[in-house]
Parts: sequence; structure tokens; C-alpha cells
Amino acid sequence: MRIRFPDKKWFHEKMAGLGEEMSRLEINELERKWLFVSVAMIGLFVGAIVVTAAMHGVHPPSHVETIDSASLHLSQEFAEDKLGVQPEPLPDGSLQVRLVAGRYGFYPREIEVPAGRRIVFRMASMDVLHGAHIPMTNMSTMIVPGYVSEVVSVFPKPGEYPMLCNEYCGLGHDHMWSKVTVVAQENWRAPATGGKQP
Amino acid sequence: MNDATTTRLTLFNFWVAFGAFGLACFFGMYQVLERSGLFAFLQSPAVYFASVSTHGVLMAFVLTTFFIMGFGYYTAAQSLRRPVWNPQLAWAGYGVCVVGVVLAAVPLLLGKASVLYTFYPPIQANVFFYIGATLLVVGSWFWCAIMLVMFAQWKKDHPGETVPLPMFATAANALLWLWTSLGVALESVFQLLPWALGLTDTIDVGLARTLFAWTLHPIVYFWLIPAYIALYCYVPQAAGGKLFSDVLARTAFVLILVLGLPIGFHHLYMDPEQAAGWKFLHMVGTFAVAIPTLLTGFTVIASLEMAGRRQGGTGLFGWIGALPWKNPMVLAAILSLLMLVLGGFGGIVNASYAMNAMVHNTAWVPGHFHLIFAGTVVTMYLAVAYKLWPELCGRKLYSEDLPLVQLWGWFIGMVIMTTPWHVLGLLGQPRRISSVQYNSVLTLSWDPYEVAMVIGGLILLGSACLFVYLLYKTQAAGEKVEARVEAADDSAPWAPAWLNGFALWNRLILVLMALSYGYPILQFFLLKTHSPTAWGY
Repeated sequence: MRIRFPDKKWFHEKMAGLGEEMSRLEINELERKWLFVSVAMIGLFVGAIVVTAAMHGVHPPSHVETIDSASLHLSQEFAEDKLGVQPEPLPDGSLQVRLVAGRYGFYPREIEVPAGRRIVFRMASMDVLHGAHIPMTNMSTMIVPGYVSEVVSVFPKPGEYPMLCNEYCGLGHDHMWSKVTVVAQENWRAPATGGKQP
Repeated sequence: MNDATTTRLTLFNFWVAFGAFGLACFFGMYQVLERSGLFAFLQSPAVYFASVSTHGVLMAFVLTTFFIMGFGYYTAAQSLRRPVWNPQLAWAGYGVCVVGVVLAAVPLLLGKASVLYTFYPPIQANVFFYIGATLLVVGSWFWCAIMLVMFAQWKKDHPGETVPLPMFATAANALLWLWTSLGVALESVFQLLPWALGLTDTIDVGLARTLFAWTLHPIVYFWLIPAYIALYCYVPQAAGGKLFSDVLARTAFVLILVLGLPIGFHHLYMDPEQAAGWKFLHMVGTFAVAIPTLLTGFTVIASLEMAGRRQGGTGLFGWIGALPWKNPMVLAAILSLLMLVLGGFGGIVNASYAMNAMVHNTAWVPGHFHLIFAGTVVTMYLAVAYKLWPELCGRKLYSEDLPLVQLWGWFIGMVIMTTPWHVLGLLGQPRRISSVQYNSVLTLSWDPYEVAMVIGGLILLGSACLFVYLLYKTQAAGEKVEARVEAADDSAPWAPAWLNGFALWNRLILVLMALSYGYPILQFFLLKTHSPTAWGY
């Protein structure tokens, strides 16, 4: 088969044909206006999202990083003694929290973090699909076996927060939650080692 | 053309659809009761999750697929004025779908397939559940083939003429379904079935979720298009007017078909296995596909306004009162548009790339999709049934007032049930729990909403039972009348070739699908992935 690349003449003919068809189409004045309003409205929404994503770096958790869920306990990062709030802050001053999700809890079951500090959660599943959500905050991510989920959040107010599993993971799913305590910055003391939290 | 074969095909499909609907409402009622925590003896996660799985499968896969097939056969025969092509094939497809439903129903009801209707590997269901679901999809492809052959045959026999709008939309839907069901079919054939049969030990969950997302959102448009067909082709006439614009209607259906496909990743916003850029791309598509729905709202409301003014309504809002509110089709259209507006705004929050984190997997989500699906879509299915039943059975509708009571009940129940869900979602209640077990003060703020949910559910169940009863009584004891067929308005004005066929659009979809899913699927073969083994419940 010979492929004919469209030349200028072909293009002009096509455009003329399209122009004629468009002029034959009856589009009511009101319809035109509404079409404009609809497109403008959607453009505004998308625009707002583009601005927050590009200027403020607001993105959903999309950390494409794989890990073998079957051997989490042997891994460098998710071994039992490496979990919880990390003693050393990250270079940018954020705290790192490592959790393993498994039926039916997030391990360690209780963590304590300071208010107003940027916290990077790193989580992996040791069995099935889970979801982590701290209600009324943006701390939300799916935890898919085979992947590390990374999500960043800041908790402005001290208090006790539940971290709930929000994805069906089995018949004990209702019971899957862990406790996050947010304390005022001045009352918070960094743990000496990982994995020591209850 | 309303021959005996078409009538039988339509009725047989409709009865499975509405039978499933009635049954699923009982499961739904049980769920709101169990979930409310008000009745201790009902508490059982095992029964609850089996019930949620069955309710979801019956409503989303059985009601929709069978309704769409029945309505498609009717629409094709009616608007093209020719018999259904190859009825044997249609019956074969019906048979395959019914066998699939039965195969899937057994493990579902025995609690051996409590994986909800979105499957969720690596939790593994009984293999018959996957086989059944696959057969349901395969059977529906027979219907797609018949619709597209009839569309092509008519065009061949009527060169230069414009395909009637109902059939144009039905063909668009058949194409949409072929494109979109491919994702779940690939997941089923290459991942779920070999794994459930024990041929493979592990499953790549990231890939499975990506393939499911391919199907998961466009499938909603597969369910929605028949409702839009009713809004465009039946409602203006029923209101005593005519369709405001045929061209805009065609444009809306084409836009849904083209833009509705490459958007599935908005279901994966919170997932780690796809990168932000791809989610962003799908987000733009998700917002773009709101445009045809905004157009539909405009065109249908404009058509209703013309009808209202023709009947003497004046002033800015006077035409609304002048509409024939006692006509089930008109009432259903008004109520379903109201729910579409409410649910649509919720949907915009869900679709928002980052805001989604607040409501993801909370009770907000079922609140949203019950408004859109059970509200907008199912309400129009019910209205279509009221319109077609007398034609299909040759009997008068058993009652003129009860359908109105039923439709109002469905609307009121849906509003009472979904409003608390939206609030609960903002308060952080997860969607897929059978009871609240968190020892946290936060949950105290959830309590007051549970009662409203139960009341809404009761009204909905009553309305659903009344609907099935009305259909049954009409068919069994309705007053016999000459089969009078009110043809849909199928006088098609001139439309250009690109609004009269799908050759161009299919190519465009192919490009868009390759762009939006090509690398995101390929990456699972390039990355070093680790697949987990199967787990029980």
C-alpha cells in the first residue's frame, strides 16, 4: 500500500468542505452561548487545578516504586525495628513515618507526631489491598501490594486522630485502624530509634 | 416495526433486568439496616460483604446490561423500521448472559465471592464468579454486534440519509461498550481466570487495577446513554413539544463516546502504581466529558421549556408549572435532572485531582454515585419501562397514579439516603465498612446520620417493590388494548457524515486510548514488579 501524504490542495479542499458543512449545521444562538459557558466553566476548574498542581506542587500520591510485599520483614526499610516515626528528620526537615499495612492494622499501631510539621508517610502492604485515611485531612492513599505508597501531609492541630483503612481488605476490615496522636511542636520529642513505638 | 420477536426479546431482557433490580433493593435495605448499627442481631461482616457484592453486581452489571440489551433491540427495530437482525444470535447472547449471571450468583450468595463488584485482587473469589462475570460481558458483545450490523445495513440501504437519533445513540453505546469492556476482559482472561483456576500463583495487582480502571469509568456512560436516549427522544414529545436540537444531541453522544473512554485513572488518584502526569491527563479528560452532560442538561431543559410555553406557561418560571407533571416520562425527566445536578457537583469534587484525597473511599462516593446511577439513570429506566410495557404487552398500564407515587418515592428516598452519605463522607466515614469499630471520638459525629439513611432506604425499597408490582400487574391483569406504538421522534434533519457514523471517531479513540493507556500498561512489563499470591477474605 502506498501512503499518500496530504498536500496543500487536499488540505484546502478538506477545509472548504468542513466550512461548508459547518455553515449548513443549524446551531441556535442560545446553544452557542451555552456551549461557550460550559467550556469556560470547565476551563476554569481545570485551570484552578493546573495552578495548584504546577505552582504549589499539589499532586495525589503517585510514587511509582515497587517492593516485594512477601519479604517486607527482611527489607532494609520495612523491617520491624525500622518502622514508625524515624529519629532522623529528612534533609528538608520533614519527618518520615514508615508503616506496614496488614490485616488488620497499620503497624506500629500508635504513632506520635508534632503539629505543623511536614510529614512524609511511607507505607507498604504485607498482604492485600488497603487504604489509609486520616479523616478530615488530606492524608489519604491506597496501599497496593507490590508498591510503596508515599504521601505527604501536615497536621495543623494537636489531637487524637484515627488512621482508618478505607479499602475493603477482608472480613475484619471494620476493625482496621491505628491511632495517630498529634502533639504541639514544643511537646514533641523525637524517638531515639525506629520501631520503638507501641 | 414491532414484531413478535422484538417484543419477546425486549420483554425477556427487561424481566431479568427489573427482577435483578427488585432483588438488589432488598440487599440494599439490609445493608443500610446492618450498617446503621441500630439492630445488633443483624451485625455480621460476612453477610454484609456478601450482600454488598451481590447488590453491586445485580445493580451495576445485571440490571444495566439486560436493560440496555432489551432497550437496544426495541430502539433498533423501532427507529430503523426493520426486524432485529439474526434473532438466533440475539437469543444466544441472552442465553450466555443468563448462564453467566447464574454462575456468578451461586458463589455470591454463598459468600464465596465477597470481593465486591470491583473484584479487588489479591483477595480471590471462587472461580465461577469470574467465569460468570466474563460470560455476562461476552454475551453482551453479541448484542453489540447486532446493533452495529443493523446500523451499517440501514446506512447501506439509505445512502445520504441521516440515521435516526435513537439508533445513532444506541450504536454509539454499542461501540463504547466494546471499547470499554476490553479492559476488564483483558484482566479477566489474562489475570483473574488463570489465577483463580490455579494456573498461575501470583497476580500483578497494579496491572489489574489499571485494566479495571480502563473499564470502570466509561462503563458508567454505557449505563447513562440509554437514559440520555430517553431524555432526548421521549421526553420532549411526552411534554408536548419537540427536541430543541438534533445536531447538539448527536454532538453530545459523540463527545461522550470519545471523551468518556480515556479517563479511568480518576479512580486511581490515590494509587501508588501510576505516576502523577498520567493521572493529570485523565483528570483533564474527566472534566472535558462533563461538557456533553452540560449540553444534555441544556437541550433537555430547553425542550421542556418550549413544551411548557406551548401549553400556556408564561414568565421566567411559569412554563415549569405548565408541564404535564402527571406524565411519568416528564416527571422522571425532571426528577432525574435534579439528581444529575446534585450528583454532578459531587462528581466534580471527586474528579478534582487533589481534592479527591478528602473524599476518596468515604461515604461521599456512594452518595455521589447513588444520585447519578440510582437517581438519574435508574429513574429514566423506570420511566422507559412505564412507556414500553403497554406496547410490549398490549395492555394498559395497571394504574395511572401509582407510577407517579413510585417515581416520587424513588426521588425522595434517594435524597434522604444520599444526603447523609455526603455529610458522613466529609466527616471521614469510610464507604466499605459494615459497622463502626473505631474507638475514637470522631465517630460520635457520625451517629445522627444513620437514622436518615435507614428511612431513605425504607422509602426506596417500598418504591422498588411498587414498581415491580406495577409491571407484573400490567402484564398479568392490565386491560387489553390494541398495541399502539408511539414512535419516538425520528425525523432526522440533515447531519454531516461525521455526525452520522463513527469511522472518524473510532480512529480518534484509538489514538486517545494509545496515548492515555499505552505506557501506563506497558510500564508493568518494564518495571520490576512483584506480584502477591492469593488471599482469602
